[in-house]
Amino acid sequence: MRLPARFLSAESRLMPDTRLVGPMPWVIAIMMFLMVLAAAGGLALTQAARSMGGNLADQATVQIVEANADKREAQAKSAIDVLSHHAAVSAVRRVPDAEMQKLLEPWLGDEIMGTDLPMPVLIDVTLRPGASVDALSQALRNAAPAARVDDHSRTLAPLTGLIAALRWLAAALVLLMAAATAAVVVLAARGALNTHRSTIDVMHLLGATDIQIARLFQRRIAIDALMGGLLGLAGAACVVVLIGMRMAALGSEWMGMVSLSVPAWISLALLPVAGMVLAMLSARWTVVAALRRIL
Amino acid sequence: MGGIVQFENVGLRYGTGAETLSDISFTLAAGAFHFLTGPSGAGKTSLLKLLYLAQRPSRGLIRLFGEDIVTMPRSRLPGFRRRIGVVFQDFRLVPYLSAYDNVALPLRLAGVSEKELDGPVREMLAWVGLGNRASARPATLSGGEQQRVAIARAVIGRPELLLADEPTGNVDPDMAGRLIHLFDALNKLGTTIVVATHDVHLIGRIGHAQMMRLDRGRLNDPTGMLRHPPARPA
Repeated sequence: MRLPARFLSAESRLMPDTRLVGPMPWVIAIMMFLMVLAAAGGLALTQAARSMGGNLADQATVQIVEANADKREAQAKSAIDVLSHHAAVSAVRRVPDAEMQKLLEPWLGDEIMGTDLPMPVLIDVTLRPGASVDALSQALRNAAPAARVDDHSRTLAPLTGLIAALRWLAAALVLLMAAATAAVVVLAARGALNTHRSTIDVMHLLGATDIQIARLFQRRIAIDALMGGLLGLAGAACVVVLIGMRMAALGSEWMGMVSLSVPAWISLALLPVAGMVLAMLSARWTVVAALRRIL
Repeated sequence: MGGIVQFENVGLRYGTGAETLSDISFTLAAGAFHFLTGPSGAGKTSLLKLLYLAQRPSRGLIRLFGEDIVTMPRSRLPGFRRRIGVVFQDFRLVPYLSAYDNVALPLRLAGVSEKELDGPVREMLAWVGLGNRASARPATLSGGEQQRVAIARAVIGRPELLLADEPTGNVDPDMAGRLIHLFDALNKLGTTIVVATHDVHLIGRIGHAQMMRLDRGRLNDPTGMLRHPPARPA
């Protein structure tokens, strides 16, 4: 007879090897599939919010809306001068005419710049972190009375609010899935306890501690949970990649922001491990709590 | 005199029924050998359950190895159980383990390494005549073979107290003789032994053994010898 090399392997044979035959691994696979999708959504939205914040939140646009071209040009120069020396501003750039034409082309056609139609002067302003746009309005009041300051962060506020809400929703879904997974493990552990009650009684009478008995269950349940989790992760990863390819095909700058970074992928890959740890802890808690009712 | 086991006015009741055991008082001196007898239903198995810590009494005091186990927190019980060897009437072998692993189980639970336990386990299996059945699972063993595995498991850890419930019920007279000889040898090494049995031939084989007779849940002790056993000669 070939003896087991370690105690743990012999201990594990106290119960029959029935991994992946019960419903628990499959239920955990489904839970993990949904959990990874929710987490991927949340992480992608986090990435989008970060990109949006980095690209637009510290930006403002100053428009000089003046029908008289000379006055408009004079106010534009004054405004650029004031903004260049303002403490809240880190960079100032007048939007060139060619860029303006490109911006307006979809609405007004390609020969707009040659007409008498008065066009506002646009000045892109990059604010220092934490700086207030209101200070710019105050500063420009005298130098460029026709100036209007557009705060991009205010414009984006509804969108960032929506993204924040969706991120919370994703986090809530992940937590709900984790709770459901824990509940499944608790039910499975209770079932296993009932099935193997006679073996547990014998072990107890031979001097096994609650932790030794719990270890039997938690190891088996951990392996089942890891296998189910990896299965769920594989399925969800395929879906995430497919959705990413579809979104990339749209060619939208906004959609391009919704992507997963390498750390985000690593976080998703760690979810089955987290699920396994959760399953182990749930099993241990359930078994120890049940054993406490036995002498 | 303080013994290895002390019962004082112990009563045991299952649920709300009548007492299965009433006013049980006795002392087992260290190294004593007792046969526990009585008709079926007298409470022998219940008394053994109290001794191997599967039950707490409904009333009374039980001291085991010098400590009150009635009020002892359950977290300390495994340590006490490891000092007790038990041969169950229904063997209670773990069905998924081989004979070898069943015998090795108490040592593994106590943290003995595989290297250290291999020799004693094989020796014990050979002693009970199952050296060539080490890898067999209980379902493939006869009743007598299962009983011998159960006995080997009970004594492998050299317990201070050995309890056996009808240990020779399923073995032939020759094997019964060998097993009782093993118990006697263990007893001579200092193990306190209580054997519950109906087998009068078995009782006659251990000359120095004392009798404990239960009748309808009460222990017959007209002379008070069980309650206050005489000191054993050194």
